[in-house]
Amino acid sequence: MEIKIALVGNPNVGKSSVFNTLTGLNQKVGNYPGITVDRKTGMAKISESLKATVIDLPGIYSLQPASRDEEVVLETLFDPKNTYYPDVVVVVAEVENLKRNLLLFTQVRDLGFPTVLAINMIDRLEKKGITVDRDILSEKFHTEVVLISTRTGEGLPDLKAAIARYGEANTKPLLDLTTVDAEYFQSKDYKTWLIRLRGIDAEEVASAEDRLSEGDIKRLQQKETVRRYQLIAEVLKAGYTKDPAAAKGWQARVDRMLTHRIGGYLIFFAVMLLVFQAIFSWSVIPMDWIDGQFARLSAWLSATLPEGKLTELLAEGVVPGVGGVVIFIPQIAILFMFIALLEESGYMSRVVFLMDKIMRPFGLSGKSVVPLISGVACAIPAIMSARNIENARERLITMMVTPFATCSARIPVYVIIISLVIPEHTLFGFVGLQGLVMTLMYFLGFLAALMGAWLLKKVVRASGKSYLLIEMPPYRRPQVRNVVHTMIEKTRAFVEGAGKIILSLSILLWFLGSHGPSDTFGRAEEMLSAQNLSEAEFADELAGYKLRHSYIGMLGSAIEPVFRPLGYDWKISIAVLTSFAAREVFVGNLATLYNIGSHGEEATRIVERMAQERRPDGSPLFDLATGISLLLFYAFAMQCISTVAIMRKETNSWKWTLIQMFSMTGLAYISAMIAYNLLK
Amino acid sequence: MKLHELKPGQKAVVRHLNMDHLPMKMIEMGCFPGSEVELVLKAPLGDPYYLRIDGMPLCIRKDMAMQVDVEPLTFGIHGN
Repeated sequence: MEIKIALVGNPNVGKSSVFNTLTGLNQKVGNYPGITVDRKTGMAKISESLKATVIDLPGIYSLQPASRDEEVVLETLFDPKNTYYPDVVVVVAEVENLKRNLLLFTQVRDLGFPTVLAINMIDRLEKKGITVDRDILSEKFHTEVVLISTRTGEGLPDLKAAIARYGEANTKPLLDLTTVDAEYFQSKDYKTWLIRLRGIDAEEVASAEDRLSEGDIKRLQQKETVRRYQLIAEVLKAGYTKDPAAAKGWQARVDRMLTHRIGGYLIFFAVMLLVFQAIFSWSVIPMDWIDGQFARLSAWLSATLPEGKLTELLAEGVVPGVGGVVIFIPQIAILFMFIALLEESGYMSRVVFLMDKIMRPFGLSGKSVVPLISGVACAIPAIMSARNIENARERLITMMVTPFATCSARIPVYVIIISLVIPEHTLFGFVGLQGLVMTLMYFLGFLAALMGAWLLKKVVRASGKSYLLIEMPPYRRPQVRNVVHTMIEKTRAFVEGAGKIILSLSILLWFLGSHGPSDTFGRAEEMLSAQNLSEAEFADELAGYKLRHSYIGMLGSAIEPVFRPLGYDWKISIAVLTSFAAREVFVGNLATLYNIGSHGEEATRIVERMAQERRPDGSPLFDLATGISLLLFYAFAMQCISTVAIMRKETNSWKWTLIQMFSMTGLAYISAMIAYNLLK
Repeated sequence: MKLHELKPGQKAVVRHLNMDHLPMKMIEMGCFPGSEVELVLKAPLGDPYYLRIDGMPLCIRKDMAMQVDVEPLTFGIHGN
């Protein structure tokens, strides 16, 4: 038999760990990766005869609709026809903030689902001076309660056993709503009340309609929540104790240090610097290795396979193209490791706390820091993580400027351009000039984001009051398994997503590059044989002539005028143009373009190939002016179809999506042009 | 006395929330009349505030703390 289990819980209770433990690596991420911003599903074996689909829902504090996260949960729990409508709900809580966690538990329980309450982190009980009486909680809540620790694995068999008994669960509501308002709730259950609060489905609301004013609704909502807390307090009085003296200690000292008025900011910048440096320096060896392997594979393919179109396609199109994506796996993995560490350890919340006041003059909130920092990995989950910003204006501005953060897809471009045009000097004996330029590019991204936000603040109408209300989770040692999970999951999403695009693009580029109109391309040998050339010269000239007169060459010449003011030749123009689908294809596409016709005789690395490119006058194509121009273009331009799509989805507005796209790309074009003309 | 007037380390009991200027989430996070609140520390620039509500950590902005009436229980670390 197979059932569906929904995991619900506050943020920071280890819900994702429970999900990972139940499903192992056997999980699917919804549409987009993100730290459980959307639904994740996985398969779990509950008992010999019972299998389950586990659905991990976003972390929320209450079912009362407030943001998109609650909406995702409500959509799942409200509609029996929903694909993910669960047979049983597991509410995950943790020992330290149990009282707060239980609010959501009583709400879910009152929706009438068979519910299991899993209290996580029981390995911390002793250290925190907490005692939990499972039996009393179970008896008073009329619910299966299990004590678990995802860290030690304790209690997990109990959790599975409790889930398996879901058929016997008591589903009678815990809170008697008539104690909130006897008259109003006489014939209304909790679900009807939530539908009334949600108020989006006209038909359903009509059936729940009443004459209450906004103020009445708010008053009832407040009273109901306080009543729930009273109910929880009564139960906890019997089954839960906490020694206040044990709760403090080193955590408070760490808090004072990390939020110190000078030290706090210094530590923050040091952490950021460490992250950027690590991305750059730790990945050098694996990247060189991967690059070399792909070059060798390409050469091996053309040497071994029989000569022909298919061999050319593989050796000159597919392999270099795919190599251009695979090479960045080390950097992406390192980056996501750091993001996961910052989130898991609880440090990210302290950054929000530190930065709130600083961000507000720019129309942002402290919470905007999270999207901006995770935007360094990928703008897609970052834009989604802006969901928990309650204020509509702050949320919009955050989403508008997040793509300025230097996402991992820009790394390939930066790495290759920097290594081409910035000399390998060392300043003051320890600061590498190339690494410094890389760090500057990151700062440039943040600066652009702040400036953009400041401008938007002048344009976007204020909407309601702006609040900041966040939990400060206790510091915890990150669980290796969770960090590894995040790394694998995100890297896989990157490779699969970019891989599909690059595979099709590289095939397309190769095809367009090795075919052309018969009157020029088809008569290449004829045209050149008129000239007196040695055999080697002839081969070189032929390859060049063919590429220029291929379809891609024609397309390139057509768009070259657009990019000429920025210093790009037609090949770069093609690579830039195709980058509008996704920036990370730039390197792969250049690799494909420069490989076409080379017949892969030498296993040349991408950088070396690019360094050999010359302008008609013999000067290197990738000089400082063109290099800086490219860096600026890639820093600012909106070149990511997926980001455009997610912006449309999250803002629900083409207007803002298009404004973002055009203003970013316009800024990119103008600044790249200015830089090129100044440096030329 | 208002919540923002507490000193770091000082504890108080929440008496009243001006819900016209506060989000519902305040109550959902456990802050309502009768809750015990402690000001743990203020952010370096004096805003936001790091609180403990019945021992559970919560961070809110100063302008929100100004909407909460409290009755002090202790004097705090810089107490008089």
